[in-house]
Amino acid sequence: MAQTSPSTANPLLRLWRNEDSRGVIIQILTMVVLCAFIAVIARNVVINLANVGKEFSFDFLMWPAAYDIGFSPFIEYTNKSTHLRAAVVGLLNTLLVAFWGCILATILGFILGIMRLSSNWLINKISYVFLEFVRNVPVLIHILAIYSLVVTLLPSAKEALDIGGGAFFLSNRGFYVPSPVFEPGAGTVGIAILVAIVIVIGFRRWAKRVQDQTGRIYPVLWVSLALLIGLPGITFLATGTPLSWEIPVLKGFNFKGGMALKPEFLALWLALSYYTACFIAEIVRAGILAVSHGQTEAAHALGLRNNRTLQLIVIPQALRVIVPPLCSQYLNLTKNSSLAIAIGYMDITATLGGISLMQTGKEMETMIIVMGVYLVISLTISSFMNWFNQRIKLTER
Amino acid sequence: MAQNQAKQAYSPGTHPDLPPPVRTTGVLGWVRKNLISSPLNIVLTLASIWLLWSIVPPALNWVLAEAVWSADTRKECWALMGAPRDGACWAFIRGSFKLFVYGWYPEPERWRVNLTFLLFAITIFGALRENIPGKKYWLMFATAFPFIAAWLLLGGFGLTPVGTQKLGGILLTLVVAVTGIAFSLPIGLALALGRRSKLPALRAVCVIFIEFIRGVPLITLLFVASTMLTYFLPPGSTFDLLMRVLIMVTLFASAYIAEVVRGGLQGLPSGQYEAADSLGLTYWKAHRLIILPQALKISIPGIVNTFIGSFKDSVLVLIIGMMDILGLGRARLNDPEWLGLAPELYIFISLFFFISCFGMARYSLSLEKKLQTGHKY
Amino acid sequence: MKQKTTAILSAAVLALGVTGTAQAGTLEDVQSRGVLRCVVSTGVAGFAQPDANGVWGGFDVDFCRATAAAVLGDGGKIEAVTSTGKTRFTKLNAGEGDVLWRNTTITFSRDVGVKLRFHGVNYYDGQGFMVKKSLGINSAMDLDGASVCIQTGTTTELNLADYFSSNGMKYEPVTIETNDEARQNYESGRCDVYTTDASGLASTRSALPDPDAHMVLPEIISKEPLGPATRQGDDLWSDIVTWVLNATITAEELGVTSANVDEMKGSNNPEVRRLLGVDGSQGQELGLSNDWAYQIIKQIGNYGEIFERNIGVNTPLGIARGLNAQWTDGGLIYSPPFR
Repeated sequence: MAQTSPSTANPLLRLWRNEDSRGVIIQILTMVVLCAFIAVIARNVVINLANVGKEFSFDFLMWPAAYDIGFSPFIEYTNKSTHLRAAVVGLLNTLLVAFWGCILATILGFILGIMRLSSNWLINKISYVFLEFVRNVPVLIHILAIYSLVVTLLPSAKEALDIGGGAFFLSNRGFYVPSPVFEPGAGTVGIAILVAIVIVIGFRRWAKRVQDQTGRIYPVLWVSLALLIGLPGITFLATGTPLSWEIPVLKGFNFKGGMALKPEFLALWLALSYYTACFIAEIVRAGILAVSHGQTEAAHALGLRNNRTLQLIVIPQALRVIVPPLCSQYLNLTKNSSLAIAIGYMDITATLGGISLMQTGKEMETMIIVMGVYLVISLTISSFMNWFNQRIKLTER
Repeated sequence: MAQNQAKQAYSPGTHPDLPPPVRTTGVLGWVRKNLISSPLNIVLTLASIWLLWSIVPPALNWVLAEAVWSADTRKECWALMGAPRDGACWAFIRGSFKLFVYGWYPEPERWRVNLTFLLFAITIFGALRENIPGKKYWLMFATAFPFIAAWLLLGGFGLTPVGTQKLGGILLTLVVAVTGIAFSLPIGLALALGRRSKLPALRAVCVIFIEFIRGVPLITLLFVASTMLTYFLPPGSTFDLLMRVLIMVTLFASAYIAEVVRGGLQGLPSGQYEAADSLGLTYWKAHRLIILPQALKISIPGIVNTFIGSFKDSVLVLIIGMMDILGLGRARLNDPEWLGLAPELYIFISLFFFISCFGMARYSLSLEKKLQTGHKY
Repeated sequence: MKQKTTAILSAAVLALGVTGTAQAGTLEDVQSRGVLRCVVSTGVAGFAQPDANGVWGGFDVDFCRATAAAVLGDGGKIEAVTSTGKTRFTKLNAGEGDVLWRNTTITFSRDVGVKLRFHGVNYYDGQGFMVKKSLGINSAMDLDGASVCIQTGTTTELNLADYFSSNGMKYEPVTIETNDEARQNYESGRCDVYTTDASGLASTRSALPDPDAHMVLPEIISKEPLGPATRQGDDLWSDIVTWVLNATITAEELGVTSANVDEMKGSNNPEVRRLLGVDGSQGQELGLSNDWAYQIIKQIGNYGEIFERNIGVNTPLGIARGLNAQWTDGGLIYSPPFR
């Protein structure tokens, strides 16, 4: 052993040659470099902020915002409210457009996906051209174009289209619909709805257990529907119809009363939905094609009827392929909703990351909050989807 | 003749094939099969024809028949058609076309831009063709292209320097998009390997980075680049804005590439890893020779989709005031002589993006077919 | 080996990208660079917009040219650094521009809070309202319940909120990013009222198909003095920008125009002689050549000429001088003497 080669004699090199210790060294180096990097940046930030005389603090959230927001359907907001409240208004608007966008995009996406699979040549080609055109043009251009269509093509408030007995109006100020006014007793109806839901869930579980054990099938759908409609309906009548409608009326410049879908919301919602739908359509198409025809034939051979085949055999298998990419499309839609800033829809990027940033000069703080909010939304969606994915996952044996 | 045939007797199995029924072949057969096979299909066909009829002729009329190609002002343009806005006023686009392509790149130096475009076309051609002699050299050239392009466009080393402020229009769009695409691949690859590494610290860093970038919208990152990044730099120094934006766009794309490549790596059967190990290959050798070629091959569609995405995302730089094709176009909309021609502008820009991205998508499709070796993982 | 080369190359590229900001000595920077970088807006008709060849023109851009004429002797040596309302101060503070000529309102918080230096006013503006005549409204006090189009990232939205709430009126704000979109929204009736600085209203009105169908209401609800800005901490550069503005104003007051500037060199008026660098050494004291003001007036013109050429009554914008007339004509444009 006197003849050790110089490389193995060197203890450092020996550590390097060993896989485990090399791993530790690399990790320590990574952490050191990373910490040093963060430290340098933190030091720069402190010095730079001091140079321009700014202070890093979130106090500004409590200052009055002093600007108005045109679209705050959920909470009270005036220009006396704080920047924090403006941020919350923006967040709710982001969530609103993301939520409805995901729903509409899913519906449109399934329709388009099925159109792409249609045996009708014309339908197939039209949907193909539409899909390819929409997918290959940036979503920002779609948003701008749809907004300018909505604003220039729809009539002004004075000449609003009356589409439904003097209660529904469509104009370039928005789509006005009657809003419900709850009177005392409405709470009871709410409770009745909750009770109906609980009973339906219980009934479905019970029916499934019975089916598993005895093979008897109950008409779950019809019973559920009857419960969901009947129970609240009876309560509604019994408490003396505690609900009335406030109908929008044109007064002065604008419609008063009722609820309105603003054109900014409409444009953003539609553009995001059909853009995302075109990606979902491809996912749906791939998902359905992925279920081999043999599965359907096997189900038929077992004597299942068409709708049961679809419900029990095809859709569950297609969903397994569809759900993961669908999840990332939902994420994309949510993130793309930040382009609202281009057409003046007041989402969180436009309120906190836009006007508040501008008025207070707190670039650092506002951007940290905005990015944090998007991160939380994204992580929530993806963890929900992961959970859902786990549930429908193929259990391999 | 026909009667003769009818009388002729055939022994079993020797009768020649009869022609298929008229209604199942030719145009008629095609129409029956593809357009009117069921009542529902008839309704759908009629509805589609009506839809096409009400959209296509008026659109063609606006885009081509009534369009005006040369005029000096909007009013002049509208005077040339039946009524204002009866047709498109392409004269607006034509008049500013050079600006839309080159931005503010100095006139005498524009040959450099043209040369860059030409080299770009050659690079793409060379890198994309499968059977081309000297494939290795083409790929080396493609790797060097971003640096050559940077030298040609920005100057220095013998060429007149041109500031990044001079880049605009389609040129800027391509610079942002191509840089993002070119540099995101190696970084994304490294991140994907890091995320699958056995070293927990390394893995954690990669996971946090990827999830952070993928969790926030690109425009917030661009806001960071334009308003916040100077706070991170040593006091008194700054970066060129374009450089900051390019870094952000590249990081953004590489996080997505990383996830696509990770999908490819996970899609490989573990037998491949075990086989590589049993051959005694080191980590790097195994990846270079066995794992990555296969993993990259199955992630090609995803990679191209990410490229298309970052090409389209390049328009977002207008939100921080940079003059890419959309930003420049919108600035031109403020010209008092050409107000209110937004539809023409948006159609022109949409067409530009459609052609570029659709081309990429078709290429990826054909590549996918070509590389399909029959194994399905 | 290959990786190492790449790493070195990218480090070099990065190093090229990082440049020192000029904390002091902007003048030397500009002169050694040979080009002046002005922060301008991404497009406001009459104030800053690119033409079909990409050449920037407009009221603000002409003042940028005047600065370049004084500093570099050539008004053509400018570079427009475009910025949105949100990024303009950052761009200036980050050293991407040398001077900000971008219709920017001078306010306390911007001067003190954002750490800028302002150098006098080149345009006195105020926020007003434009409506369709067919609405039959004669006063902003009748606007209760209206939809109002505003451009975001400006002082406008704060003024508007204050005005409406102090008069006990309600409104629906429609917040727009760019001038072009605001015009589209107003034209199509998305909003009843368009509010911005009076100059912007004039420019928007001029661009509408039928300008006579629209009117600007008499109420001006805010003071919007627009002026150039520079970074704090470079006094010489601040002086130069201040006196470039003053030179154009003084030239108009003294009747020196781009047409007669050569004859005026022979004038007997001592202030004209000092302004044009015939007598005295004011240019050298600013670190410039002595004919700096001569170059401004020769190449770009005096304040009145710049005004009339870009936004005056004979342009599509058709803005009258009003508050922006010389103090001798009842306006507010007033320059300290060149003495």
